[in-house]
Amino acid sequence: MNAKELNIFAAQIRRAALRAIKKVGAGHVGGSMSMAELMAVLYGDVMKIDPANPKMEDRDWLIVSKGHCGPAVYGALALKGYFDVEELDTVNRGGTRLPSHCDMKRTPGIDMSTGSLGQGMSTAIGAAWGSRYQKRDNYIYLVLGDGESEEGQVWEGALFAAQQKLDHLIAFIDFNKKQLDGFLTDICDLGDIRKKFEDFGWDAKEVDGHDVEALEKAIEDAKKVQGRPHMIVMNTIKGKDCTFAEDVLYNHHMSFNQEDYEAAIAALDEKIDRIKAGEV
Amino acid sequence: MYQVEEKISAEKQEMRAVFAKVIDEMAKEDDRVIYMDCDLMNSIGMAKYWKEHPDKAVNCGIQEANMIGAAAGMSATGLIPFTHTFGTFATRRVMDQVYVSAAYAGLNVKIIGSDPGITATLNGGTHMPLEDIGMMRCIPEVTIVEPTDCTMLADILRKAKDTYGVFYIRLSRKKADKIYKDGSEFEIGKAAKIREGKDVTIFATGICVSEALKAAELLEKEGIQAAVSNMFTIKPIDKETVIQAAKETGAIVTAENHNIINGLGSAVAEVLAENVCCPMERIGAKDRFGEVGDMEYLKKAMGMTAEDIASAVKRTIARKEG
Repeated sequence: MNAKELNIFAAQIRRAALRAIKKVGAGHVGGSMSMAELMAVLYGDVMKIDPANPKMEDRDWLIVSKGHCGPAVYGALALKGYFDVEELDTVNRGGTRLPSHCDMKRTPGIDMSTGSLGQGMSTAIGAAWGSRYQKRDNYIYLVLGDGESEEGQVWEGALFAAQQKLDHLIAFIDFNKKQLDGFLTDICDLGDIRKKFEDFGWDAKEVDGHDVEALEKAIEDAKKVQGRPHMIVMNTIKGKDCTFAEDVLYNHHMSFNQEDYEAAIAALDEKIDRIKAGEV
Repeated sequence: MYQVEEKISAEKQEMRAVFAKVIDEMAKEDDRVIYMDCDLMNSIGMAKYWKEHPDKAVNCGIQEANMIGAAAGMSATGLIPFTHTFGTFATRRVMDQVYVSAAYAGLNVKIIGSDPGITATLNGGTHMPLEDIGMMRCIPEVTIVEPTDCTMLADILRKAKDTYGVFYIRLSRKKADKIYKDGSEFEIGKAAKIREGKDVTIFATGICVSEALKAAELLEKEGIQAAVSNMFTIKPIDKETVIQAAKETGAIVTAENHNIINGLGSAVAEVLAENVCCPMERIGAKDRFGEVGDMEYLKKAMGMTAEDIASAVKRTIARKEG
């Protein structure tokens, strides 16, 4: 996909994620919206995957450690054909294959069960170690939340991944500056998170997480650096491009009504039209 | 099939020596076997293996949570990781990682917790896992085993490797009493009956197995015939054998190197309460913390000696109806 197509895909992922949350009427809107461009870049262009064969041995893996943002991942998976888009309407309803938090036992295309914050760091490390040991030609992609990076396990993993020289581990922090109870700077500030990972021995860079070209270039550059795991800090906006969420302080988990939903979808459709017209 | 030694005697080698040997053998036979440790390679006798096989042995440093998560991730790629640290850190320190990353995710991780209960001796209360079985019992789909001697350890390690799922293997590093003849084989989930008797059944695990056999000898002198069954699999518990023992002997005593809450005693009591009316008593730590001391001191302090088991048997038999 080119940049235009990726931006359209990102808007479609936001649409699909909102549809997924809509049936229950409440969910993790903020963090699902802030990682939409990354999902578009990974599923639209970067990752070696086969929706018809989700367990393909040499596939690239995606571990979304901020597992509560399942709806954004499900949106991308549905649009890629892992399952029907209609199935998004079952999210968080009894018996669904699409629970709020990512579950590898239930959902085609989900590579790891996550939800208890910090744990995806270690499981991604294990997947990268195991892939290298078995000489697989693949990359392990990992998405961490910024609030999640307050967890000690993230830093255990940061030390260990550098020690093990896991250069096929490419991690992202969705640095949207907010956690459930407000701004990180008011609760548990991460400081210079890029520098911290660099000090832990990682190849670390910082990009605009809503710029699909910048994301692609950061991933390409990461693949050129050998012997170190990679951290791409994505500066993002929590609730990005969702009319009822973006300007709201507490937008981690939100409930919304039909009117809110329709307005958000209309705005996303309008954005898609503008992208198509070359205005964005 | 297993065969029981005629006479109890101390093993010639430590459990950790057999552990190291079997891990080495399994890794040679099966490339999927990976050994992981948190800075206790020397303590468990794996330092030599680590130096010789740096590609298959991972020293994670002192970070148990990351080790369990990384093991889960490795197993998701098809490997079979065996992780080791002391039992306290292998369970209560990483409860959530075992729960979510390994068990909930349906992965294939073999967790070794060493120095069970009072075998931690001089490391004392902080290092004395008397709750590890209880914590692991609460996690669905986890198999919990406590090998009794070197022969059983070698067999159980191989069976754990070949059985998909999360295992918690409670392992003493030290010399055990030799209960089983060389070459014995065991069935996970099936108790090993090691002494016949008609008046009571003692279900025992770990270091309490030889104490139970000694108790049976003491009781024999008083005309009480005690059966002894080695319930080395605590989960899934062997319901059938418990029910049968209750029906045949009419009295049950459990003996474990663990808190009497949520260990072997609780597992057996749950089976009895739901299936058959039978008096029982539990030998083990009476809901208390550990402390420093040598094995003899600690067995007495915790009430885990052969004499303690024999007394419990007599109290339980006295409660038989009719």
